[in-house]
Amino acid sequence: MDIKEIIFWSLSTIAFITAIYTVIAKNPIFSAISLLVCFASIAGHYLLLNAQFLFIVHIIVYAGAIMVLFLTTLMLMNLNEETEKHKPAIAQIAALVIAVALGIVLMLAVRKANVILTMGPMTDSIGDVKSLGTVLLSEYFYPFEFISVLLLSAMVGVVLLMKKDKTAALK
Amino acid sequence: MTLLNIFADPHISINHYIAVSAMLFTIGVFGVLFRRNAITIFMCIELMLNSVNLLLVAFSTYHHDNSGQVFVFFIMAVAAAEVAVGLAILVTIFRNLHTIDIDELKNLKN
Repeated sequence: MDIKEIIFWSLSTIAFITAIYTVIAKNPIFSAISLLVCFASIAGHYLLLNAQFLFIVHIIVYAGAIMVLFLTTLMLMNLNEETEKHKPAIAQIAALVIAVALGIVLMLAVRKANVILTMGPMTDSIGDVKSLGTVLLSEYFYPFEFISVLLLSAMVGVVLLMKKDKTAALK
Repeated sequence: MTLLNIFADPHISINHYIAVSAMLFTIGVFGVLFRRNAITIFMCIELMLNSVNLLLVAFSTYHHDNSGQVFVFFIMAVAAAEVAVGLAILVTIFRNLHTIDIDELKNLKN
């Protein structure tokens, strides 16, 4: 067994176990931390696929920004005790059946599909910062600028949402 | 620099990545249907987005095309905006109703 295979399968196993624990953990804090480990193993997959730029961006955005947001919100709401009620049993069974059916359908679709890969000329520059930056700022320049507008408007919207409504308090 | 170049390895094909992504996506769907806590549902949505990202990166690397990785970059930006706005809405709901249990949020029903 090759070293890359060993890394691939161990990363995939860690991702599966932590993803399942994210779903079934009673304490939301444990869910968040388990999801963080899952994201770390997905970052390992990116490194295995030679996508260095996305590896860094994934670590920064997910571990650095999104998980901090999740954990801060959880602690703000003081939800770190197991207070969540469960769904009724019929809904839980229905969820399990739907998920298993979806998984089976996806797997069968993959087995039936004839994935043809056009293996182009081997270049080592796929996924490094230089080539990705060139593509991002030439071919995808306008979407890149619109993303910055989207992030700005999201920021303004969040500030507006979180502001206490003073006029409602006066009434 | 291709220290971990998987093209030389015939054993890990694109089908492996499709299978891993499909499994992670299924786990995310199951979590969305199974849980009542809105924050955990958000986490499961993040899991689904990440499984799609992984598949896009795998296809991009196997096709020798950078566009897939640019799309992953955009998806990450949109996910960050979505999480920020969604969690702000959840905090506002929690301030007003003192719960984020999605089965309790039935105000539109009557």
